[in-house]
Amino acid sequence: MTLDQVQIGEERTITKILGEGAVKRRIMDMGLTKGTKVTIIKVAPLGDPLELLVRGYDLSIRKDEAAKIEVE
Amino acid sequence: MSIKIALAGNPNSGKTTLFNALTGSDQYVGNWPGVTVEKKDGRLAGHKDTVLQDLPGIYSLSPYSLEEKVSRNFLVYEKPDAILNIVDGTNIERNLYLSTQLAELGIPMVIAVNMMDIVDKAGDKIDFKKLGKALNCRAIGISAQKSRGCRDAAAEALLVAREGLKSEAPHVFSGSVEHALAHIEESIQGKVPAASIRWCAIKIFERDKEAIEKMGINPKTIEHVEGHIKDCEKELDDDAESIITSQRYEFIQKIVKDCVVKNSKRLKRMSISDKIDRIVTHKILALPIFILSLCAMWWLAVAENGPGTILTDWANDQFLGEDGWHLPFTSHKFKCPEKECENCTADERGENCTCESCRIYTGMEYEEAQEFYAPHEKNIEAWEAAYIEAYNEANKDKEGFEELAEMPEELDEALARTVKADGVRLDDDEETGEAVRGKLKDGCGPCIEVEIAEEDDEDAPELEWTCDWAMYQVSKAVPEVDPSNYGVFIPGISTLLDSMLDKAGVNETVKSLVKDGAWGGVATVLGFVPVILVVFLFLAFLEDCGYMARVAFIMDRLFRKFGLSGKSFIPMIVGKGCGVPAVMAARTIENERDHRMTVILATFIPCGAKTVVIAMFASIFFRDMWWVAALMDIIGIAIIVLGGIALKKSRAFAGEAAPFVMELPSYHLPTPNGIWRHTWTRVKGYVFKAGMIIFPACVFLWLVMHFDWSFTLLADEEIEKSILHDIGSWIAWFFAPLGFGTWQGAAASVSAEIAKEQATATLGIVAQNMQGTSTAAHIKALFGSMSDFPRLAAFSFMVFNLFIPPCMVAIAVTFREMGTKAWGWFAVAFQLFIGYTIALSAYQVGMLICSGVFTFWTILALAIDGFCLWAIFRPARKEIAK
Repeated sequence: MTLDQVQIGEERTITKILGEGAVKRRIMDMGLTKGTKVTIIKVAPLGDPLELLVRGYDLSIRKDEAAKIEVE
Repeated sequence: MSIKIALAGNPNSGKTTLFNALTGSDQYVGNWPGVTVEKKDGRLAGHKDTVLQDLPGIYSLSPYSLEEKVSRNFLVYEKPDAILNIVDGTNIERNLYLSTQLAELGIPMVIAVNMMDIVDKAGDKIDFKKLGKALNCRAIGISAQKSRGCRDAAAEALLVAREGLKSEAPHVFSGSVEHALAHIEESIQGKVPAASIRWCAIKIFERDKEAIEKMGINPKTIEHVEGHIKDCEKELDDDAESIITSQRYEFIQKIVKDCVVKNSKRLKRMSISDKIDRIVTHKILALPIFILSLCAMWWLAVAENGPGTILTDWANDQFLGEDGWHLPFTSHKFKCPEKECENCTADERGENCTCESCRIYTGMEYEEAQEFYAPHEKNIEAWEAAYIEAYNEANKDKEGFEELAEMPEELDEALARTVKADGVRLDDDEETGEAVRGKLKDGCGPCIEVEIAEEDDEDAPELEWTCDWAMYQVSKAVPEVDPSNYGVFIPGISTLLDSMLDKAGVNETVKSLVKDGAWGGVATVLGFVPVILVVFLFLAFLEDCGYMARVAFIMDRLFRKFGLSGKSFIPMIVGKGCGVPAVMAARTIENERDHRMTVILATFIPCGAKTVVIAMFASIFFRDMWWVAALMDIIGIAIIVLGGIALKKSRAFAGEAAPFVMELPSYHLPTPNGIWRHTWTRVKGYVFKAGMIIFPACVFLWLVMHFDWSFTLLADEEIEKSILHDIGSWIAWFFAPLGFGTWQGAAASVSAEIAKEQATATLGIVAQNMQGTSTAAHIKALFGSMSDFPRLAAFSFMVFNLFIPPCMVAIAVTFREMGTKAWGWFAVAFQLFIGYTIALSAYQVGMLICSGVFTFWTILALAIDGFCLWAIFRPARKEIAK
């Protein structure tokens, strides 16, 4: 399952970050690493991007990017 | 020897606030990621030999983004003496991630944990001793906004800078990674500086090409250690770069567990920030709130009766212009103009004065007096205009007839003396009375009914102002309203300059050069300051409080489709009022590509000045087409959407889409000081940097309009002798396919670059010799002389001037915002192409449809349109793998 399929309000643990290069590094630099707990807080009014709670702060990523994050 | 301290930290961690607190300089601070793109330096207050370098806010030292590269290159290759690492205490886990990277560089470091006031308030505890020990450096708590501990942080940094490196980098990775790193370190020992050996080893492990290249290490050495890296990757089932990143975070998690005690009671409760966020990014409420905030900005900056417009009008007409102004918050009641009261004796002056002015205006406020005088002014204008016309008509066949342009002075004076304000004639002065009547009989009867359309009121052209002889005499006797008789009056700078030049006794040419040319240029620059000020005060508030990041969050989906950012919406709304603050407002977009695209496209929305042009053309040519004005807005929006799509597919903007991974900072109430500093920096930048381009450009355009080749000053009406006329003739061919290829059309288009509304003024001047009795008729005749399809030509002229590069001022800020000259020219060329294409298509295709005219130009127009459609609808470029 990837992060973009997770319901709002659910907390999941990251198992793997797919992809490579700049985007992957950027996602991981922001603290979305293997074993990190992520909660989907909300979806933007137009359906994209998502707002996540990770490591105690709010992060916004697009669904395209969320689809590269595998969760358990 | 001077000491260099680098200030490094995450975006939005309060770095610039600390920088300002320590250097006292007014740097740019904002509450959204990516404010500082360039690095800036300042001297540490109280330590003249210490330079503090403010680096861009970064999350990591990865080689992928521009800001990160700037910071990394500075730290690694310019080797500051110490790093002051600022860490947001409310978001310590992610902030320390950068700290672990900084600690490896082999530069002495101090960690300043910022926002301790908020941390304390929340009841959390941070053990700085443990934190410092874990990262092998000093750590202290500060609050930059409350100026708490800032000096201590600077003193610590200074101390470690003097002491030099004492401890080695912390070991943050797991056994197998550390093992591989040890092998790498061993093989590169002696080949890289000893202090940064760990950093080099990690970069080699990560296979960071850029860093390895700069180290200048033999590729064989790299190959030699590759086996160790591969082993590690196999063991941990991930690529090397990800292993490093993951393990850093694991290490930090351990530190945070040890050093930070979270207030257990707080965990469940929602913070105020969360509550605000729940409303402003609410599924249904988000868009209305966003629109509401846009309306607020619209009203503040550019609405007809909003503060921005009032300030702008005041600055242009009263402060900088010729009107002058009364000191606010003081009495504007009429006061006897004592020294001018010639009719009163010395005892009567002041309160008892009985001169005309005092008799009429005593007790009135300035505005009341103006209101009182307004109809009299209209009477005088109406009657005199009719008199002049009648005089010319009656005498035109007489020998030696000279056309009367204005009321003869002697007649004017004589008239003024014949009546008193209440209509009592002063006929006892037989001589004067006779003289007046004699003169008037020469021309026409003294009692003519005058019919003049009131010009100000566009909606009611049928309204007429009539004035007969008796009324005229009365009005003439009413003293004019002199603003200096009403409280403290400060004349406009133009007026002051005028009188100064008169006193200096310079000739007309020099006077006009200084007053209209040079001062005109300066006034153009300064005239935009109020609207920029208001827009940026508002934007600064939105940015500082953290709403701006949410705007991107809310609008991203919509704008991404045509290559823009969610924040692009704001410049476009501002652009409806004025393009200059719009282009500057694009600054809030941190992604360089989105930023450039927004700057190029934002000015296509017809601004306030362009609305004047639209209104004039609509009233002259398109009275039966009420939708023309709306059509211009629609074309503007269409250009932005389609232009965005086309540009996104062009080579200039091609490449991998930037990932939208954005922090949503916590809301906080901005300080007035911060907002002001923020706004002021931008206004200052506009005046000094953009002004440098605008000023000479305005002066140049004014010169070519008002001088001929022998450098003789020309009156406005003599534009046909001006240099601009010749320039217009040279480039008229360029406009021929658009239907207005005469020097008049060219000159009006060129002069419109001073300010768009100048197009209407210049058209009025260049058309004055056309037949007709009014300016509107002149302009109609002018377009009639240019083309067989005057309405099409007029439409083409209008759209051309609306959609080519905006006025000088906006072009100047565009150049500034685009960063490089090449990009500036690209923007201008793109805008010129769009404007020309639309005008060409409108005219040529219009002719084809109306009467089947088919020429070479029709083919060209259709070809260019085809090209545009191809640019819009062609498949997107394959993303170039880097």
